[in-house]
Amino acid sequence: MIDDTVAQRVLGTALRTGGDFAEIFVEDRRTSSAHFDDGRVEQLSSGRDRGAGIRVVWGDTTGFAHTSDLTETGLAAAAEAAGAAARGGGGGVREIALTRADGPRPAGVEILPQDVPKAAKVELLQTADDAARSEGGAVSQVSVSYADGRRQILVANSDGLVATDDQVRTRFMVQAVATGDTGMQTGYEGPGATVGFEMYDDVDVAEVARTAARRALAMLKARPAPTGTLPVVLRRGAGGVLFHEACGHGLEADLVGKDASVFRGKVGEMVASPLVTLVDDGTYGREWGTYAIDDEGHQAQRNTLISEGALTDYMWDFLRARKHGRDSSGNGRRQSYQHLPMVRMTNTYVLAGDDDPDEIIRQTPNGIYCVQLGGGQVNTATGDFVFGMTEAYMIEHGEITDPVKAANLIGNGPEVLQAIDAVGNDFDTWAGTCGKDGQGVPVSAGQPTLRVSAMTVGGTAR
Amino acid sequence: MSDGGLLQLVERVAGWADHGEAVEAYVARSHHAEVRAFEGEIESLSSAETEGIGIRVISAGRQGFAYAASLDGAIVAETLAEARDNATFGTVDPFAGLAVPDGVEPADIDLWQHELAEFPTDAKVALALEVERATRASDTRIKGVETAGYDDVSSEAAVASSEGVRASTRRTVCSVYVDAMATDGTQTQTGYGYSVARRPGDLDVAKAAADATHRSTRLLGARKPPTGRLTVFFDPMVTASLLGLLARALSGEAVLKGRSMFADRQGESVGASALTLVDDPTNPAAYGAGRYDGEGLATRRNLLLDGGVVAGFLHNSYTGRRSGTASTGSAVRGGFKGTPGVGSRALTLTPGDQSQEQLLAQFGEGLLVQSVTGMHSGSSPVSGDFSVGIEGLMVRDGSAAEPVREATVASTLQRMLHDVAAVGADLEWLPGSAAGVTLVVGDMSLSGS
Repeated sequence: MIDDTVAQRVLGTALRTGGDFAEIFVEDRRTSSAHFDDGRVEQLSSGRDRGAGIRVVWGDTTGFAHTSDLTETGLAAAAEAAGAAARGGGGGVREIALTRADGPRPAGVEILPQDVPKAAKVELLQTADDAARSEGGAVSQVSVSYADGRRQILVANSDGLVATDDQVRTRFMVQAVATGDTGMQTGYEGPGATVGFEMYDDVDVAEVARTAARRALAMLKARPAPTGTLPVVLRRGAGGVLFHEACGHGLEADLVGKDASVFRGKVGEMVASPLVTLVDDGTYGREWGTYAIDDEGHQAQRNTLISEGALTDYMWDFLRARKHGRDSSGNGRRQSYQHLPMVRMTNTYVLAGDDDPDEIIRQTPNGIYCVQLGGGQVNTATGDFVFGMTEAYMIEHGEITDPVKAANLIGNGPEVLQAIDAVGNDFDTWAGTCGKDGQGVPVSAGQPTLRVSAMTVGGTAR
Repeated sequence: MSDGGLLQLVERVAGWADHGEAVEAYVARSHHAEVRAFEGEIESLSSAETEGIGIRVISAGRQGFAYAASLDGAIVAETLAEARDNATFGTVDPFAGLAVPDGVEPADIDLWQHELAEFPTDAKVALALEVERATRASDTRIKGVETAGYDDVSSEAAVASSEGVRASTRRTVCSVYVDAMATDGTQTQTGYGYSVARRPGDLDVAKAAADATHRSTRLLGARKPPTGRLTVFFDPMVTASLLGLLARALSGEAVLKGRSMFADRQGESVGASALTLVDDPTNPAAYGAGRYDGEGLATRRNLLLDGGVVAGFLHNSYTGRRSGTASTGSAVRGGFKGTPGVGSRALTLTPGDQSQEQLLAQFGEGLLVQSVTGMHSGSSPVSGDFSVGIEGLMVRDGSAAEPVREATVASTLQRMLHDVAAVGADLEWLPGSAAGVTLVVGDMSLSGS
């Protein structure tokens, strides 16, 4: 992307007026997408984004500048701007020797999406539309999106590190609308993975579409969700978002460092039910949040956050780790070269337990069975969080009964973690986009079927 | 390159249209500065310029699109070629097409304050440090600040097409903001404060700090409230996001594609008579204001709800044409990376004549909602299901009483429109695309203990 010698000189320029650390992050991203809606291929879209972000750290201050001009002149100008922003003083020229430390590639990409004919991508859309509509006449509208992206990055810093990665991601999303006497309801399904076009060897787009359509149809018969507190059983995969919100964000070292997390000062303490072991794993298979190196050049790792209920560690980016004299945990990520990195999750999941999932339901006399979640939000300083149920059912006398309408569940992270009283022996994951401070990055979440003994359900039923 | 340079570039690209082909080019360039303060020091300072081009090609009734984050001549030519290639895969649509000039004159508004371009970095740093310092110093219960800073953006955009569209816009906006954390020794609560303006001289740092302090400290001691049904008073900031959700169902695209609860209801009453909703990007007080829409047509004032009656929908040129009407100048783009959709930019309810205090006194009992979470995870403008997490204060005997947290309020959007009991007089333009105002909605479900 750029020569090591150029990177070396640009880093030297960045630190010319002083500073403790400089880094150059180069990114070249190509995306392609195709959108089908209302019975027709609306359009194909392609994009190209290329540039570099340069940061200079001086004490506790970070200066940052970015440019889409990858010539040495352009990079040097950005380096000077970043250096000036960090308010460098004396300094002097620093010689930087770069050592290559490329990460092991994630499971090899077999079919680069850019080599696949556009017609083959478009064909998937039509297949999905047909499949969704075949679920019944009540399916009144279908929208289908295909997306792929290739992101090549290079990171070089004044510690002498230089590393590269080549990340390919593929995603397919279907939203169906069903119309009945009670109005309209929507159903969604959207698998994604860090792979190329071979994702479609494993993912049957017709089945994805039927799942979305069946979800919308089921919700037509939904009754209003209850109010008050109830036991909530989360089906495998669906509840990963719960942990992402209930404690994932609160275990990010930048928020902990600002005293904006209820988990500050809790390492070694029991913060969850002993049934809970929580891991954040950037190396996990071909999941949506997987990569070889993070956006600061550090290798992705498998980090245990909570072990049998005890808090073992937070997640770290390079800057926070450096301040504490420890290593980064490989969680420094950014949306693009136009953004500063910060601590982010990758694939965050709870390990499977011993309980039979069906038995968990049978032993719940009255509660909610949640099959799909639509995202959530947390206030890490108070620990209060919500997540939305987009497909859920009542559990009555230990059996799954009527579907209930979309609603948020609300709880307090530390309390909900302690209230997990059954963990199943199954497992699944969920792909999504995590937003923090205006930056979105691909993440996944996973868990076995499990039960929270009490959560507040945000419905309307009396 | 000056503003005129951007326009020349898009005109040149539009001029490359082949016979039987329509080409639209949109370029945007923005300069963004951001300063973050933490514990009296500058945590980070970013300064950067972003630019790029999005090209839409329509050929034989099919649309293709491509973008590039570069205005380099060779890359622009490649982008056009890619958009052309993409157009060959679309389904033929007789309504496909670009906007055609409709003779509507743009509003005479100037949203560009040159003062911002000359505002020195040191002064930006000083504002960021000051909003953090003022918040920390405002009350002994403030234990810290999660985020505090100063942001500004100066942006220019131009669009031109082979159909004769030719438009350029520019605007400035700056803000200071702070997220305060308050503690009473046993509990932490947070509160947000900000000030937004077109030029730095109009920023009110003291107000941002005072709001954040007030909003965080008044929640101290908050507990989970009992489940029940009650009247809800939405704070102006919450009302603004509610209006955004509602407006998605008033988009002509949602109507055409069967995703709107208001389809086929034009002229019918869907809500209380207190509800008059307008989207008016020609109002310079709105932060979403602009002279032209995303397709280069003049923006205009659009009446959406008139005394609770559906008065109209928003359209871009495609949805207008397909609906048998016309564009309402409501094409919106999320930058150069996408094609124009349909959306609101400057939503406002017609205000009533009572302050929030007077409304609390008039209705007597209920719940004042200070902030909501999960607006997009538990609510849908398609089905109308509405459920959000809340923080706020119970209202008793006509004024705000004890704070509450970890609860939800729920209803359906359809019911909420009918249950609107009053609109406050406290209208203020917020960052983003709507004005805030206190909104009183009767008979909502509060779920707590």
